[in-house]
Parts: sequence; structure tokens; C-alpha cells
Amino acid sequence: MALKTEPFVLNIGPVHPSTHGVFRMRATLDGEVIIDMEPVFGYLHRGIEKLAEERTYTGVIPLTDRLDYLASMSNNLAYVLAVEKLAGIPVPERAEYLRVILAELQRIASHLIAVGAFLNDCGAFFTPFLYMFREREKIVDLFEMVSGQRLLYNYMRIGGFTQDIPDEFLPALDKFVRQMPGFIDEYDRLLAENEILLARAKGVGILPKELAINICASGPVLRGSGVNWDIRKVDPYSIYDRFEFDIPTGSAGDCYDRYRVRVQEMRQSLRIIEQAMKQLPSGAVRSEVPHLIHPPAGEAYAHIEAPKGELGFYLVSDNSIAPYRCHIRAPSLMNLTALREMMLGWKIQDAIIIFGSIDITMGEVDR
Amino acid sequence: MKFERYGKGIAKGLTVTIRHMFRHPVTVQYPEQRLNTSRRFRGNELIWDNVKCTGCGTCAKTCPQGAIEIVTSTNLVENKYEVEKYQIDTGYCIQCGLCVEACPYEALYMGYSYERAKYRRGELVQTKEMMLESPDRQVSGYFYPDFAAKLPRQTLLVERITEKE
Amino acid sequence: MIPSPGLSLEHYWQTLPPDWPGGFWWHWLVFTVIIIAFILMLVMGYIWIERRGMGRMQARLGPNRAGPFGLLQPVADAVKVLTKEDLVPANADKIVHWLAPVVAFAPALMIFAVVPFQDGALLADLNIGILYVVAISSVSTVGIFMAGWGSNNKYSLLGAMRNVAAVVSYEIPLILAIIGVVLIAGSLSLNDIVLAQNIPFILLQPLGFLLFFIAGCAEINRSPFDLMEADSELVAGFHIEYSGMKFALFYLVEYAEALAISAIITTLFLGGWRGPALPPWLWFLLKVILVFFVMVWTRTTFPRVRIDQLMALAWKFLLPLALINLIITAIQVLAWSEALLWVMIPVNIAIMVILVLLWSKLSKLGWGRVEV
Repeated sequence: MALKTEPFVLNIGPVHPSTHGVFRMRATLDGEVIIDMEPVFGYLHRGIEKLAEERTYTGVIPLTDRLDYLASMSNNLAYVLAVEKLAGIPVPERAEYLRVILAELQRIASHLIAVGAFLNDCGAFFTPFLYMFREREKIVDLFEMVSGQRLLYNYMRIGGFTQDIPDEFLPALDKFVRQMPGFIDEYDRLLAENEILLARAKGVGILPKELAINICASGPVLRGSGVNWDIRKVDPYSIYDRFEFDIPTGSAGDCYDRYRVRVQEMRQSLRIIEQAMKQLPSGAVRSEVPHLIHPPAGEAYAHIEAPKGELGFYLVSDNSIAPYRCHIRAPSLMNLTALREMMLGWKIQDAIIIFGSIDITMGEVDR
Repeated sequence: MKFERYGKGIAKGLTVTIRHMFRHPVTVQYPEQRLNTSRRFRGNELIWDNVKCTGCGTCAKTCPQGAIEIVTSTNLVENKYEVEKYQIDTGYCIQCGLCVEACPYEALYMGYSYERAKYRRGELVQTKEMMLESPDRQVSGYFYPDFAAKLPRQTLLVERITEKE
Repeated sequence: MIPSPGLSLEHYWQTLPPDWPGGFWWHWLVFTVIIIAFILMLVMGYIWIERRGMGRMQARLGPNRAGPFGLLQPVADAVKVLTKEDLVPANADKIVHWLAPVVAFAPALMIFAVVPFQDGALLADLNIGILYVVAISSVSTVGIFMAGWGSNNKYSLLGAMRNVAAVVSYEIPLILAIIGVVLIAGSLSLNDIVLAQNIPFILLQPLGFLLFFIAGCAEINRSPFDLMEADSELVAGFHIEYSGMKFALFYLVEYAEALAISAIITTLFLGGWRGPALPPWLWFLLKVILVFFVMVWTRTTFPRVRIDQLMALAWKFLLPLALINLIITAIQVLAWSEALLWVMIPVNIAIMVILVLLWSKLSKLGWGRVEV
């Protein structure tokens, strides 16, 4: 005699148990198995694209900080590249190298949070989270030395930077780069081969290759599914074609592969930073740019490989001091569209892990 | 679960955790021990020099939030602008520092402190008199390297933990 | 002299040991007070050990503001919890809701009636000691299920049902591991088991210890099996709707049961109060704290298992190993006698290693949608 059961709707609500922001999933459950899921977002919408039309080109930079607030340098970089493309402003060599160093440091910092939060969702009671925050603290100290703030840096400007790096930055960065591989090895020893983690995360939440390409996923989500696509190699911006680094890819597209891809990317970022430090030239850090920029009328799109994926800025100008239209292609929003397919058929506990492994930040999704 | 690694992964994880017990914790006991912030720290307040300021209003135009309010009047005797009201609402300020960079006469500086909590929102608005430099309102070295050189060195975590022990 | 069932109380009073001047009721009173005080003090100590220990393992300090070294932190927690409002949901079953924490907490206290602190120093030296422990510890599951039902909340019912399923599954490897020890010691009474441990049984029964530890952690909802109560992924499990002193009782249940399992492990496997130089009760205390420290260590390190993996672990991994362990122990007890005890230690450790490796290779638990 089969029991008559009926599915019920569960609201994995905006006040989320795990640390990913205000995101709501309306899941229809049959027992413990998810049979349907509907994501609801928009709780953090602040109207950044509209606000950008009312500020000068330089004044938009603090706004872009607040998109993916865990990786501000990357957002600044994407916007500044777009404006320089629009207005045709050259950037001195030293500024280019510094941008690369800061962007890669920011990638390491963002992946530390991503991996830490993922392992926290798996249930390891804050231990890997706190260890990774200790490393992130070192990076944030470096950023504080350079820009003055710890989370929303507002350091890059159109044409370079306003202020050069202080003298103690490079020795401290050198110490960090030498310590960090040992710490990444320690995290691997802690949890990478743990049988419980393998049982929880391997084979769970698979994103097939075709689906990943069809929904325009990018970043570690795409690379975890086996697609070898990284904007730093495919369409190099800034001076990335001068550095040697590998692109880690996964094979199965499950949560474990995405986690491994992020850890390997941290190691590759350290490689890039070492090369950039050796080749850092001296010179000016900002080209001559007027206080208020009037780019010629036109449009430009610049994209970078942000830690979460492909972050793009589309700017339209009409020769005034403010952008006419600024549209932001947010990687987290695109990666989120596959969530439903990834979650069907798994249990509630897997749903939390799958959601954590995509690594979204609501500031980007809602803008 | 396939225990293909025979429990070795579990054992390795345990060794990492137990070794951490013997390391020095990284916690700083806040009110008793304080870390030095960066020399370029963009603190909660701004410091204004009323001798150098001419009332041009570049800072107010540059501020993305519109937090600066300036009211001037002409002083025909000395042939310059008289700044009657220079007010910054630090509740709106996002501490981006664009105003400091924009001032052509180097009359505005970022503050260095971060313990400036107030009980009422109205007290966050800083008027002309409150913004002058005084011994308890220290100037930060943001955008001004000569001020930065006078401030103490930042404590870095990467120097407190020297090796993986 | 221990009374066997069927004798009258008169007969028992005449056969009391001579060193109890007041008689049966004084013995009972003194031990009850000692046990309750011991449990409450040690539970507070456990809370402190867990929070400080976990903090140090996570490269931070634990609580250190409430009293020197944070020693008064559990007291602060208790005071906080006592001053909270006691909310009862509107449609809840009031009696069941009120009674659940009591039913869950009482067994944890009652287990200590048969745990020996010193030679002969226990509340009641039952000759069915360990069977009593197993029987009583299952009652607290009823309390948890009452909590889940009485809260009138879908999610607490879900958590409670998970808990019942897990506890029932893990009882069996637990009991089979205990039987291995009982076979070697020859008696069910806990005092006799401790007295029979010239070599601590952990060396003679390493597989049994491992099984008991894992099954014990699962019974008391501790990491890595804490998906029933710290289900931070979704809801807080069966004690969502509790606040105030009732919540404090559930919190206490978790630590008191951890204390009970550590005490049982100490008695069965580590040699109870036996030890060279220090007073016996101090040895007991040290061993209990050591076992709890290992539990804190595993909590800090491991992620959680999923509910179907939990059940698969119990039925497909622990149960066959427990049966094999039982068979091998029985053969050893029959075939080899006391003389060759020292030889048995490496033999048993080797058997455990081989069995665990072999079984890990052979078992493929859980159903993944993709071959892993």
C-alpha cells in the first residue's frame, strides 16, 4: 500500500542561513526531494545603472565598487577599461602592471570567500571559513595600505591611479606570495580528500557542458563543466598576454569540480602576481586626463574575467560629462539561470550546497 | 560513499585541526589592543582648512553623493569669496575621497579616525567649525604623502604570522 | 550484596554493605546529589571546553570575557536563557510540548546511576548494568519526537522524524559493539567490566571502539551527524519552537548525552577509573574529558553527512562490521583464554585495519546519479 503524499512548497527565504545575500528560492518538495524550484531575486536592487547616469565618469567608480562588493577591484577595473576604450585614453605601463597585480590579488581574496562559504554550507562548522578569512585578512591589509579602505576600494581611476603604491607594499606582497602556497596546501590537506565531502559534493548538482554554454555561464561555473574558456586567454585585455598561466578546468561539472577549479585558480593567480612583480617598471601611474572627461559620442563594451565570471560594462556616451547609459553584464545573474536544472531531483541539503558552489553575490545579481 | 581513500582523508584533516591548537590565535582583543590602520585610511570625517579654501565648490561638484554644501558670499573689501557655510553630511558621505582629490588648493583632507559613532543622525552633519583641524582630529595621509609619512606604520597580519609553523 | 529481583525489601536492608551507616536511603540520597551536581558541573565544563577548544582549533580565542578564561561563560548562557520569554505556539499540543524536554533530559541523568566512579562507588550496582543503559538511552528519542510533534510545525516534525530514523538505525551497531566487550569481560555489570580491564579494552577491541564511537556520535546528534538539530541549512530541527528554560533543557540534553556517551566509552573501553597514581575519580574525569575532546576535534573538522548517506552508513557499513567483530570476538574468547592476552592486541588491531580497508573497498554506499 503506497502512502498518499502530496508535495508542499517550501520557501528557502530571503533571510538566508548561508552567507550569500538576500535570495529566495521557492522549492516544491516531495518528501525531501525537490521537484520544482523558482528563484526570486531583486531584494537588493539599488538602481546602480540609473544612478550612473547622474554622476560624472569618475563619480561612477564608487558606484561600481558596490556591485560585487567582495571583489571591488575587479569591478573598478572593468568600468575603467570601458571608459578608456570609449575615450581612447592610453594607460602607462606601470599602471597596467599594478592593475594586473591588484586584480589577481582580488581574485584570490574572492575565491577564498567562495570556497570558505561553500565548505561552511557543507557543514564543516566554520573551520575552513575562518582559516580562509585569515588569509583574506592579509590581502585586505595590503589593499588597505594601497587605497585606504578595506572593502570598497575606489582606487582605480580613468587613466591609471591617482596615487602610486607606498614603499612597503612590495615587500609585504612578496612575503604574502611566499606564504600563501603553503596555506593552500594546508586547506587541501584539511578537506580536499575528506570522504564525507566527497560523498556530499561529488556528482551533485551537475551542469552539463552544452547547458553551460547555452545559458552563457562564465567563470568557474563554466570551467568546472569542462569548457576551456577564460577571457584572459581568449580575448586578452590589459597586458594579460605577457604572462604565463594555466586555466584549470573540471571534468564533471559537479560541485566538487567547481570547488577544485577555484582552488587551482588561486594558485595560478599567485603565479601571475610573481611574474608581474618581477617585471614591474617604474614611471608614472596616471596619464594626463582632465578632471571632467568628455568622451566622444559612441559606445564601448569592455569585459574582464572577474572572479565570478565575465563582468562586462556597456557604456553609451553623448559627449557629456556623464554616461548616457551604463549597462552591467553581471556574471552572477547569468550563472544563476541554470540553478533550477541543477537542483531538480536533489534533496534540500544538496540544494544548499549547489547554491553555494555557484558562488553568487547579490549585489551583482540585483545591481 | 566510496571510501576509496580508506579514511586517510579524514585522518589528514584531523591533523590540520589539531596543529592549529598549538599556534598563536590571530585574535586582537579590541578595546585593549588596537591595530594601526593604514596611513592612507579614509576615515569617517573630513578636515577643512579655512585659510586655503576659496569657496570654489569643486569638491561639492565632484562628490558623487552630494554631501557637501557650500554657501559663499562676496567680500568686496578683500576681493575674495567668503565661505559662510561649509557643511558635510557624513551620513551621506561614502568616504570615497574624490573631494579630497578634486580640491585644487589642497584645503580638504580625510580624517584618520574610525571611532566616531554618534547617537543622533543630526550630529553626523559637520559644520564649518567642527571641521577645522585640531589635535583630536588627525589628518589621514590619503592623497598627501607628506602627511602619510608622519603617521605610524600599519600593522600587517602577514608580518604577525611569519611562517606556517 | 546486590538484591536480585524477587527478594523483599526487608531482606535487602539486612544485606546492606557495612560501610553505609544510614542505610539504603542515605546511600541513594548522597549519590543522587553527587550525580546531579557532577553532571551539571561537568556539562558546564563541557560547554566551556567545546567553545574554547573549537576556538583554538579555528585560530581564534574562544569566549574570554565572562570570567577569567571565559570560565563563567556557561553561567552567562544559563542566566541569559532563564530570562527569556517562554513562547508556546498557538496550536501546539500543550502537554506534549511541555513534557518533551523533561522526557528527553531524564534518561541522560538516569544513565549515570550505573556508571562507576570508583571501585564499588555507584548508585546501584545492577547486574544488568549495560543493558539498563541501552534501554534508558532510547527513551530520550521519545522526548525528541514529542518535541517535534508538539510544536505544530512541519519542519520540526521533519527534523524529529529524521532523528528517530537515525537513532533507531544506529542502536544496532552500538549494541553489537557493546556485546563484544561484554563477551570479553564476562558480565553485564559495569563495575565488573571495569574490574576486568587489566588491559584497556580499546586495545583488545579496536574495531568495537571505532564502531561505538561513530554510533555514539550519531545517537547524540553530534557532528558529523548533526543534521537533525543544527540543520543550519534549512531549519533548526526539532527545537525550533522552544525558547527559555525548555530550550536550555534541550541544549543541556545534548551535552548531557555527550557526557553519558563519554562516560560509557570510558567505562567500557578505556578502563573506567583504573590508573596508577592519581585518585580513581580523577582518572575517570580525565578520561571522560579526553573522550569529549576527541568529539570536539571531529566536530571542528568534518562536514555533515546527508540523511540518506547517514542511513546507508549505519546499515551497510557499520552493521556488517559489527557482526563480523562479534563473531571474531566470540571465536577469540572461546578459543584463546586469559594467558595469551598480550598476543591478542596486535592481532586485533591488525584485524580491524584489514576489515576497515576491505569493507571500504567493497562498499559503495548511497546512490549517486553518476558513477563516482
